[in-house]
Amino acid sequence: MSYISKPRFQHPQLKTNDLGLTRRDYEGTLTTLCGGCGHDSISAAIIQAAAEMSLEPHRVAKISGIGCSSKIPSYFLSKSHGFNSVHGRMPSVATGANIANKELSYIGISGDGDTASIGLGQFCHIVRRRVNMLYIVANNGTYGLTKGQLSATADLGSRTKSGEESLYDNIDLATLAIELGASFVARSFSGDKQQLVPLLQAGLTHKGFAFIDIVSPCVMFNNTDASTHGYKNTWENYVALSEIDFVPMRTEISTSYAAGKEKEITLHDGSVIHLHKTGNNYEPYDKENALHHIYEYKKQGKIATGLLYINQSTSDLHELQDTVDKPFNMLSNHDLCPGNEVLNDINETFC
Amino acid sequence: MPELVSSNKVKSIPKINDFVVKFANVNGSGSASANNMFAKAVFRMGIPVSPHNIFPSNIQGLPTWYEVRINESGYLGRREGVDLMVTMNEQTIKKDIDSVLPGGYVLYDSSKALEKNLIRDDVNYLPIPLKDICLREFDKPAQRQLFKNIVYVGALSAFLNIDFKILTGMVSDQFRGKVKLILPNIHSLELGHQYAVDNFTCPLQLQLKPSKKNKNKILMDGNTAVGLGCVYGGATVASWYPLTPSTSVVDSFGKYCKRLRIDPGSGKRKYSIIQAEDELAAIGIAIGAGWNGARAFTASSGPGISLMQEFLGLAYFSEVPFVLFNIQRVGPSTGMPTRTQQGDLLSCAYASHGDTKHILLFPSDPKECFEYSADAFDIADRLQTPVIVMSDLELGMNEQVCDRLTWDDKRVYDRGKILTAEQLEAIEKYGRYQDTDGDGIPYRTYPGTHPNKGSYFTRGSSHDANAAYTEDGNIYAQVMDRLALKFKTAVKYLPKPLVNGKKKNKLGMVYIGTTHSAIQEVLDSLGKKGIAIDTMRIRAFPFHKEVREFFDNHELVYVIDQNRDAQLKSLLKIECNINEDKMHSIRNYNGVLITAQHIERAILGSMQDLANTSAGSA
Repeated sequence: MSYISKPRFQHPQLKTNDLGLTRRDYEGTLTTLCGGCGHDSISAAIIQAAAEMSLEPHRVAKISGIGCSSKIPSYFLSKSHGFNSVHGRMPSVATGANIANKELSYIGISGDGDTASIGLGQFCHIVRRRVNMLYIVANNGTYGLTKGQLSATADLGSRTKSGEESLYDNIDLATLAIELGASFVARSFSGDKQQLVPLLQAGLTHKGFAFIDIVSPCVMFNNTDASTHGYKNTWENYVALSEIDFVPMRTEISTSYAAGKEKEITLHDGSVIHLHKTGNNYEPYDKENALHHIYEYKKQGKIATGLLYINQSTSDLHELQDTVDKPFNMLSNHDLCPGNEVLNDINETFC
Repeated sequence: MPELVSSNKVKSIPKINDFVVKFANVNGSGSASANNMFAKAVFRMGIPVSPHNIFPSNIQGLPTWYEVRINESGYLGRREGVDLMVTMNEQTIKKDIDSVLPGGYVLYDSSKALEKNLIRDDVNYLPIPLKDICLREFDKPAQRQLFKNIVYVGALSAFLNIDFKILTGMVSDQFRGKVKLILPNIHSLELGHQYAVDNFTCPLQLQLKPSKKNKNKILMDGNTAVGLGCVYGGATVASWYPLTPSTSVVDSFGKYCKRLRIDPGSGKRKYSIIQAEDELAAIGIAIGAGWNGARAFTASSGPGISLMQEFLGLAYFSEVPFVLFNIQRVGPSTGMPTRTQQGDLLSCAYASHGDTKHILLFPSDPKECFEYSADAFDIADRLQTPVIVMSDLELGMNEQVCDRLTWDDKRVYDRGKILTAEQLEAIEKYGRYQDTDGDGIPYRTYPGTHPNKGSYFTRGSSHDANAAYTEDGNIYAQVMDRLALKFKTAVKYLPKPLVNGKKKNKLGMVYIGTTHSAIQEVLDSLGKKGIAIDTMRIRAFPFHKEVREFFDNHELVYVIDQNRDAQLKSLLKIECNINEDKMHSIRNYNGVLITAQHIERAILGSMQDLANTSAGSA
C-alpha cells in the first residue's frame, strides 16, 4: 500500500553507482507491512542488489499476485513499472509481459499462498516455459493477510500462533522448481542479507528462469517456537551449502581467494558468481545432487540454502519460440500488416 | 442386383438452385472433405450456398450431419426440411428419411436392402451400391471406406447437374502434385457419376444451373477470418487453451503467421503463440502482454470464458487492453459443446464481480469477423480495456459466402493514448488515471519508456488518479465514475447499428450476429403477406443512441435471441430503459442456427394472439 509518501531528503554524500544513482533511487514507497516482517528485509535486499549492480530502474518490471508478499513491489524501485495482478496468477501476467518486450528485466514477487496453493499450476507452467525472469517467493508458511491460516509450504507438524498444526506434508517450491526445469534455483533467508543480496544479483543476471525461495518470517502469525518458518527455527537450522559473492560484469575483480576453496561461475553477460566452499564440497550443476542435498538436510530438520542449482545451457522462452530481436511492443504497422495485395491472394484461396 | 425402391416414382416439384441437400454420416468416416467438396462445387458454379455442419462432441463413431442450403436469391440461413438426403448412417437413417420433404429424394447405400419401415411412399429413392462398388474397385480397407463418400459426390454431380470439370479441378487443386491421390479420387467421382447416369434419369427435378451470384465473393469460415484479422490487426501474442469451437481461431492465426510474419532477414518470428495450461493463464498472458504494449488476444468459449471472469475484472479496472474472442457454444456448463448459441451476452457484457462492463462486438459473417477482429485491437488500445468479439459456433466453424476481404493500405493502427519519452519529458506530472482530456480515457506509458517519469503501479485494488492505492471512498467513486464516462465515450469508436426500412413504422425487429442470415428471407416472405417490418442489426455494446431511438420510432419491436432467457432483450431493457410492452421476444435455443421459418412463425403467431386478444376485448 503506497499512500504514505516517503521523505525525499537524503544524505548529501550518499554513494552513487555507475549510473550516478544512489540507493534512494532504488527505493519504493514506505512499507505498510508489520514491523519486523521478513518481507521488508527482502525489499531492502533487492534495493541493495539493484543499486550495487547498477540496474537501470526503469528497465525493470515488477509483477506480483495477491497477499502480503505481493505488496513488496511497492517498496522498491519506484521508477519501475509494477503490476499487482490477481491471486496466484502472477506467472501468466509475467509470461505475457516478458513475451511483449524481451529487453526488460522482470522480477516476479509472490508468496507461499500465492505460488504453492492458488497459483501452483501457473508456477509449474512458467517454470516449464522457461521465462527469462527472477521469480521470488517470500515464504512464511502462513496466510498473513487473512490472519494466520497455514499455507501449503508449512512443514508437517509446524504450528501457527493460534496453535493450528500442519497435518500435511509441505510443498517444497525449490525442489519442485528443480524438477520442472528451472535453470537457476536458490533458497535463502530474509534475515541473511549477505547471502540474499548476491543471490538476487545472480538471479537477475541469469538468463532463463531464476527462482529464489526466501524464508521470510511472519512476525504476527507464524513466528512461534513451534513454527518452522519463524526466525528462531530458521536461524538454528539454516545451512548454507556454499557462501556466495557476486561480481557484476563491469567490476574489475580485485578480491583474491585461497586456491581450491572457491568456484567461479561466469554468467552470460560476463558477471561472475563466486561460491566459497563451506565443507560441503557442494556442486550446483547436478539436479539429482541438488535434490539429494535438500532432502538429506530436511531429514535432519535443516534448511539447505544458497545456490542450489544452476544450468546455463537451456534456452529461454524467446529462444524456444525463435522470436525477432525487436521487442513485440515496438513492431510497427509496417512490420506487422501484410497489406491488401497479399489479402487479394488469400481471397483467391477461398474462391 | 440391388433392390430398386420406388425410383423416380413419386412426383417431384422441379426446383432449380433452391433446395437443401443433407448428408447424414458417421463422424470420423472421412465424409467431411467429400461433403465440403460438394458445397464448394456449388459455390464455384456461382450459386449462393451455405453449408452447416451439425456435428457431435466426439472423434469417431457418432452421427454427424452436413446440411447444404442452395439458394439463388442468396438466402444463406438454414431452411427447414430436406429435399435430398444422403443417408450414410444406420444409427439415424429412420429419422433422416423422415425429415425429407414429400416429393424429395433419399440417396442410400443399396449394398444392403432397405428395411421395410424405411420405405416412404411420398419420396423418391436413389439406391447406389456404394459399398459394393468400392469393394470391387479398391483393395485397401481405408480406401474402400473413404471413397464411398467420393462416389456419392460423383453421383450427385449427375443427379443435380454439377459441372463435372469443377469437381475434378478441385481434386487436382487439393492434392496438387500427388498423382497417387488424384487418380483414385477422380476415378471414384466417375464411378458415382456413371452409376447414376446408367441407372436413373439424370438430372433429377432438383437441378443446379450455373449462376453469377458469387462474383467477388469468397467461401470462408468465421474462425479463419478471425485469425487472419488478428494478423492484419497487428496482434503479436496469442495465448489460448484448446476449446471447441474456438480452437480454429488460433489455428488460423498460426497458419497465416507462418506465412506472413516471418522476418525475411533473420527468419525469426514476429509473433508468439502460447498454449497455456488453462484459460486463467491464457487470459493472464494476454493481459501481461497488453500491459506491456503488445497486441494480444485469447480465444475461448463458454467454460473458458467463465474461468476468465476474475481477470476480465482486473483488466477493466486497471485499464489494460487486449482482445478476447468468444466463439459461443451451447451452455450452461459443458452444455452441447459442438452446437451454437448466443448464450453469453449477459455474462460477457458484465463479466466479473463488482460494477464492470465490457465492449462487445457482434460480427455476422466472415468478412465482419475479419474486420472486427482487426478493429478490436484499435478499439482496445484506444479505450484501454478488453474488447470481446462475440462470434458463435455457427459463424466460427461453418463456411459462409461473403464479400471478398479488403484492407486499406493507408490505415495506421490506432494505439491510443500512449506517452513517449519525449512527451513525458514535456509534462510536469504524470498520473496514469488522470482524465486530462475529459473523455474518461487516461494516458498510458509502456514499462521502460523514461528513466524518471511515467512509471506507475498497475493494480486491481482501488487506486487514485496517480495509480496509488486508496481506500478513500470518494476517490474510489471518482474513478468508477470516470470509467462510466469512458464507456460513454466508447460508443463513438464502435460500429453503429444498421437500420433498414422507414424511419418510423409500426413494427421493428432487432437482432445480432448470425441471426442476420435469416432476416432477408423473413422480410421477403412477410412482405408477400403485406407485412412490413423495419430491422436494426446491433453490432456493438455499449449501445449507440440510435438503438433507443429505434424503439421510440416503432410501436412494437421483435427482439430475436438465440438463447432461452432473451438475453439481448434483457440487455436492451437494462441499458436503454425500454418498456417491456414495446418488446416481443423471439427465441431459439435448440443448438442449431435460427431459421427464417422459425422467426416468421413467431411473428405471425404473435399477430394472431394480438388479434385474438383485441377481438376478445372488443
